[in-house]
Amino acid sequence: MRNGRLLSLYAVVAYSLLHVPLVVLSVFSFNASRTTRWEGFTLDWYRAAFQDSQLLEGTANSLWIAVAATVLSTVIGTLCSYGLWKRGSGWISGSLYLSMVTPEVVMGVALLALFQWMFRFLHLQLGMHTVILAHVMFSIAYVVTVVSARLRTFDATLEEAAMDLGATEWQAFLRVTLPQLWPAIVSAGLLAFITSFDDYVITSLVAGVDSETLPMVIYAMARKGFSPAINAVSTLIVMSLGFLILISDRLERRS
Amino acid sequence: MADGGTVLQLREVSKTYPGHTAVDNLSLEVPRGAFFSLVGPSGCGKTTTLRMIAGFDLPTSGAVLLNGKDIANLRPYERNVTTVFQSYALFPHLTARQNVEFGLRRRGARELDGPVKKVIELLQLAGKESRKPAQLSGGEKQRVALARALVVEPEILLLDEPLSALDPRLRLHVREELKSLQRRVGITFLMVTHDQEEALSLSDGLAVMHRGRMEQMGTPRELYANPATRFVASFLGLVNWMGGMGVRPEAMHLDNAPDGMPYRAAVIRSVTFLGNCIHVNVDLGDGVTAICEAPRDDKSYTPGQQTTVWWRPADEIRLPEDAL
Amino acid sequence: MKRIRALFLMPSAVLLGVFFAVPLIIIASYSLLTRGPYGGVAQPWTMENYLRLADPLYFTILLRSLVWAVAATLICIVMGVPLALFISRTGKRRNLYLALIVIPFWTSFLVRTYAWMFLLRDTGLINSGLLWLGVIQEPLPLLYNAFAVMLGLVTGYLPFLVLPVYATLERIDKSLVEAAADLGSRPLSTMFRVVIPLAMPGIRAGGVLVFVSCLGAYLTPDLMGGGKTIMIGNLIQNQFTSSRDWPFGAALSLLMMVAVTLMLLPVLRRKEEGLS
Repeated sequence: MRNGRLLSLYAVVAYSLLHVPLVVLSVFSFNASRTTRWEGFTLDWYRAAFQDSQLLEGTANSLWIAVAATVLSTVIGTLCSYGLWKRGSGWISGSLYLSMVTPEVVMGVALLALFQWMFRFLHLQLGMHTVILAHVMFSIAYVVTVVSARLRTFDATLEEAAMDLGATEWQAFLRVTLPQLWPAIVSAGLLAFITSFDDYVITSLVAGVDSETLPMVIYAMARKGFSPAINAVSTLIVMSLGFLILISDRLERRS
Repeated sequence: MADGGTVLQLREVSKTYPGHTAVDNLSLEVPRGAFFSLVGPSGCGKTTTLRMIAGFDLPTSGAVLLNGKDIANLRPYERNVTTVFQSYALFPHLTARQNVEFGLRRRGARELDGPVKKVIELLQLAGKESRKPAQLSGGEKQRVALARALVVEPEILLLDEPLSALDPRLRLHVREELKSLQRRVGITFLMVTHDQEEALSLSDGLAVMHRGRMEQMGTPRELYANPATRFVASFLGLVNWMGGMGVRPEAMHLDNAPDGMPYRAAVIRSVTFLGNCIHVNVDLGDGVTAICEAPRDDKSYTPGQQTTVWWRPADEIRLPEDAL
Repeated sequence: MKRIRALFLMPSAVLLGVFFAVPLIIIASYSLLTRGPYGGVAQPWTMENYLRLADPLYFTILLRSLVWAVAATLICIVMGVPLALFISRTGKRRNLYLALIVIPFWTSFLVRTYAWMFLLRDTGLINSGLLWLGVIQEPLPLLYNAFAVMLGLVTGYLPFLVLPVYATLERIDKSLVEAAADLGSRPLSTMFRVVIPLAMPGIRAGGVLVFVSCLGAYLTPDLMGGGKTIMIGNLIQNQFTSSRDWPFGAALSLLMMVAVTLMLLPVLRRKEEGLS
């Protein structure tokens, strides 16, 4: 049992490494002083963050990009999972897996090269659309992973039963399979939203002048120095994304 | 029962996969209104046959005739055949009633209430209509699966191992109910099972399959008493083979043979208690052994005892294949 | 049936083709071209970009990336396996402990990196605390060095190891542990002779994920390393932005892609079998 207590003690240390920085960050976002000395509770930094036009614009851009990328990647990814469930395709599932583990920098510069090359023929520039396309690309693999995991436990005879009772393939998909995939699809969509909202590396490479996202604003501020306003924004991001993760996790477990 | 001709006919149907033949040149006729069974060990091709009738698998060659019309290549939703799946395959997101309505809605039925009410009563599901499958017992699930498949009045109802998912103690009771249900609705039932007792007790007619081929087709009595092949004889019950003929344990008697009856000298090897009877294992010499069924309270058999076994010539199983 | 499946797979196939396969082909061909006069690429075709990888200036960075990625992976294994063991033994509350791994993992890598910087900087809580206690006289250099990068990598990618190892531990038949005990094995020896060998597939899969992620790391070395070009990811980004040497950046990218793919081939093969 001594071993057990040692293990628990170790777990406390390991969990601290994961959580203490975030907790400290959040606590000091309420500190009246700019230094690490506690000088009383304040919401000033939150007020400042909400009045910062760069942060606001970045948030609006990030939200708009994340929503568009989520809708597109969830629809395409769900269709893909269903197609792969009917009969596997080594090419598609292999490419998806590879896309998931490709270093972000590599995917970013490759997409940048693609867009610049395409713009030789099209009169377009880097902007929101290129960011959205890049985000759809890298979130599809997450959607397919989550929805495929649910489909793996889905009983194929249910579709046979539907067709046996007179439903066409399409009706069987819509009325029998899809209703049971919903929790997994929502969960997958939430993950896509989070990865899109969060991304800095790829986004910074394919964004244009009008498409600065929240992570890009935070990165620029973090390079310049420390400001309690970043702590405030970061706290809000961690809280809201953490909340979405919990919902997604719960939905995935239920399905 | 079978009074309206043939409802389903399989003509030289084969199903081959790369390197493996699941069903080999199978021909079969199912009389209208009958309770018909396809029986055989697992892997004999009976389930593939059922799936080809339902439309989940397409035959490699041959014809599947439903009321004389070839349906072999129609989609499952284009044929008026429904299935009770082994796992029941109830839609978990729909209530019992919505499950029952599913087929009617897909067929664009105007009236749902009448037919639904009728099957709900027929299968004693009143009060359970708004439950989801997860809230139903095994027996109730099976009745919903039956109601869902029967409500659309199919030409033929397919049942895939309908009793296998049930608690063994419930099976005997449900077997009776299934038989009486079939009598009441008058719809042709085609059941697939690996359990010979189930097939013998339920069916008006049955077909025994082995390695993708049809071994024999007939009434349960015909097949039990006059099997055409050694496989059919052994699959439907125990047989003591002695040279070119066989005798079932219950027809093998253990005392002095009456005049004119065939008999053999035997040495008792062991006695096995089975609950409702005992099996006496005897040695007939030359390495031949046999099993004789005896009443369970008969305690007069002891290992090593010399005795004789005898049987009526009418109980002898003589195979046409061996006669050749 | 077949038509429906093709229809369902079409959008993702097109997307993967245009935005994943084509870009990689472009990168591959750029890596064989010459740097253009105004950035961009130009003729003639050359192997020059690959030969430059041997230049001591760049070779040092490649080697450092490799060594740091291996070190971070080993530390993650040493730290992650006991953590996964701890979670698998928490009984009813394991969902909570799992969530405590998963939540930081999914919440903004950038924010987590910034949080470390906030804690480790000269005027951060650690330094000001130690100063106040009188343990030190001047701030320790905790940030903008190799230690900070390693800390960022290990805490950033630790969940990649914990989750697969936990998954394999969950699948281990409990009766095997009981059988080992029954045969006279003490808990610690059961751990090393039965449990950990059985968890090897998870350790291997998680280790590969951590290694691949660390090899391609960009944000951690960039922010916690102090903006010096110290790992291959930063070098690549640099070629495509300030240095404007796309062909060399493309060669580096392709090198990394090949390394990642080779590392993942065994995992990939198993994955495909699972999906089909």
